[in-house]
Amino acid sequence: MTKPATLFVVLLATATVGAQISYDRLRQADREPQNWLTYSGSYASQRHSLLTQITLANVKNLEMQWVFQARSLERFQATALVVDGILYTVQAPNDILALDAATGRVFWTYSYRPAPTARPCCGRVNRGLAILDGTLFMGTIDGHLIAVDAKIGKPIWDVAIARPESGYALTLAPLVVKDKVIVGPAGGEFGIRGFLAAYDAKTGKEVWRFNTIPGPGEAGHDTWGGDSWRRGGGPVWLTGSYDPDLNLTYWGIGNPGPDYNGDLRPGDNLYTSSVVALDADTGRLKWHYQFTPHDEFDYDAAQIPVLADARWQGQARKLMYWANRNGFFYVLDRASGEFLSGKPFVKVTWATGFDARGRPIQPADKKPNAEGVLIFPGNQGGTNWYSPSYSPRTGLFYIPAWVNYDTVYAKRPVEFVEGQSFGGGNPRTTVPAGIQTVTNNYQTADEGHGAIRAIDPLTGEKRWDFTMADVTDAGVLTTASDLLFSGGREGYFFALDARSGTLLWKATVGGVVASGPMTYSVGGRQYVAVAAGSSLFTFALRPGS
Amino acid sequence: MIASTAPAPAFAQRFHVPGETEQGEILYQANCVTCHGLEGDQVSGTDLAHGQFRRASSDDDLIRIIRTGIPGTAMPANNLSDTQAAAIVRYLRSLAATEPLTSIPGDAARGQALVEGKGACLSCHRIAVQGSRVGPDLTDVGRFRRRIELERALMDPGAVVRPENRRYRVVTHDGATIAGRLLNHDTLAVLLMDDKEQLRSFDKTALRSYAFVLESPMPSYRDRFSAEELADVVRYLASLKGIQPQTP
Repeated sequence: MTKPATLFVVLLATATVGAQISYDRLRQADREPQNWLTYSGSYASQRHSLLTQITLANVKNLEMQWVFQARSLERFQATALVVDGILYTVQAPNDILALDAATGRVFWTYSYRPAPTARPCCGRVNRGLAILDGTLFMGTIDGHLIAVDAKIGKPIWDVAIARPESGYALTLAPLVVKDKVIVGPAGGEFGIRGFLAAYDAKTGKEVWRFNTIPGPGEAGHDTWGGDSWRRGGGPVWLTGSYDPDLNLTYWGIGNPGPDYNGDLRPGDNLYTSSVVALDADTGRLKWHYQFTPHDEFDYDAAQIPVLADARWQGQARKLMYWANRNGFFYVLDRASGEFLSGKPFVKVTWATGFDARGRPIQPADKKPNAEGVLIFPGNQGGTNWYSPSYSPRTGLFYIPAWVNYDTVYAKRPVEFVEGQSFGGGNPRTTVPAGIQTVTNNYQTADEGHGAIRAIDPLTGEKRWDFTMADVTDAGVLTTASDLLFSGGREGYFFALDARSGTLLWKATVGGVVASGPMTYSVGGRQYVAVAAGSSLFTFALRPGS
Repeated sequence: MIASTAPAPAFAQRFHVPGETEQGEILYQANCVTCHGLEGDQVSGTDLAHGQFRRASSDDDLIRIIRTGIPGTAMPANNLSDTQAAAIVRYLRSLAATEPLTSIPGDAARGQALVEGKGACLSCHRIAVQGSRVGPDLTDVGRFRRRIELERALMDPGAVVRPENRRYRVVTHDGATIAGRLLNHDTLAVLLMDDKEQLRSFDKTALRSYAFVLESPMPSYRDRFSAEELADVVRYLASLKGIQPQTP
């Protein structure tokens, strides 16, 4: 609404290009807010849209436009892409669909049948697609990376990149940088050896590989006792970010294996529960920061690296904001990896603070033992893979948080058997971890609950909470009209005032929102879409409102 | 306005994290109870609750048998992890360590008369088609509550209240107070059955206040029943196994 003329020009310009999404368009995704071109909306992964047709004043007039019901009862965790009026999404486990983004009618479906040997730990899920030129890219739960023609839904190439029998699965949305497709495998509960790899978008040929568990001769190998590195975990199951100016791509690396018993893997266990910054052309490690050294709590760093430029203590810096599963909110310098601050955003007891170099200080009595030790935050974390959002307008960082949530961690002996669960512990908690449908809630707030927690990233101070009665697995979207969209396990999809947290609008979608909302525009009309239960819902303003 | 003004619950007691014994109980009820029974004494020659096993003595023996079964017998292999099998063993060991408060066997028919008469239990509880829906339904309570647990619940009803049996109270803007059994609540709504058995749904934003009610409304029967009467009631409740399918 604020810049109709600009938007019109952009629409004209892109209409002639069709579905050809060049690297330049990906890099400058902000210039075409009618589209949603990557999992997190842009390379900076702020999940913040410049669309402003839906405002604080008129959001109450949102109404449902269409629903896509997946032919799968699996959790719908994907964020859709929208390219010039076409919406691309996945139907679990590994179908790709192209829909009319304005009507929800299906153009085509590409069905991939994963091998029966696929054994993803936590649902036969897929979190979405990437696009470059006229090609879509999808990882599969049986360890394949597949390129599919975006016009007609036919496969172009298919590479098997990891063995499903050993517990490897691709569940994340790939990230395209320049002419490469970057992915890594899930499987941290099976004692895999993780990696990040880039594949030529035209051919599927591997261009570079970075081992998230360094082998002999690789830097960081000495952080693994004995041969524990061979089954060290370090999965990658959430999409990274990219800074074109620095040519660095940033990825959160998951937990070490076994999850809860560190006795079998003495050392810090790099690069598990860390962020790594890699040269996007070569995969060479530029820097890393380990959030949870020698992690025994399953505090995967499977979160979205959010990139923002701001003044840090008076100086313009290229920053990275990171709300970690371990309960701390971090600010890092994304050029150098320097630790700038770490502040708890929920109750944290596993660490008491940081030394001067940013290493967490862990009390000796806050480690799993045979009897069990009560730790905050709990096993699912203060947050998890749910996308946060950063609004450059409000300057606030929005976290889907689990509050008052703890786990009793007990460690157990465990032996490695390829392809079998490699946990080494028995975490117990009041909050069920994997609810798939809306169930009745009798929990008190003291037993753990959810919140959208807005913090000032420059101070780590909380600005406001939107308190939920149940915990949440939903991501957060903000827009340039200061709206915030999210949902939760209760089956609401709602809009808040991003400045204050005031509830402005809600819809009952009747299923758990376990995905990040996104927004797009077709024919000058703004839509907001979110997956809930096993369906995708879209909303827009009532005509004339 | 929901954001920061939602009233905190009236109590700050933390519901305890389920222990390994309780995990074991859940697993036992899901995997073992059909053959071994709730009291663990349904298979001849075994009394799991009192450490009487035919082929095992150590915890490791038990874990192995739970996982791999006993060939040539009705005891099958189970798809359980070591950790899960260990939790079941811990539960069985905990049973052996708890003894009933009374050794009186009790009489179910006398117990039924007490439940329906002197005890006035049906003024809150329901059994089959009789009684009130305000308290927990007891129609099949004998399927998942052991006699000792029933006995304890009668003596000290507030000690363990399962989350699905919690009470909740709301006060509307015009000052009306409605209390009842909590059926569901979320960020914006409360759904309960009030004490007149009406299903009520409330928008939290339209309420003056809302909170859990910590205290159990059930009186203790420690002094209302004699030891014999208590044993009779327990025997009756333990016999309640739910609605049975009818054969034509």
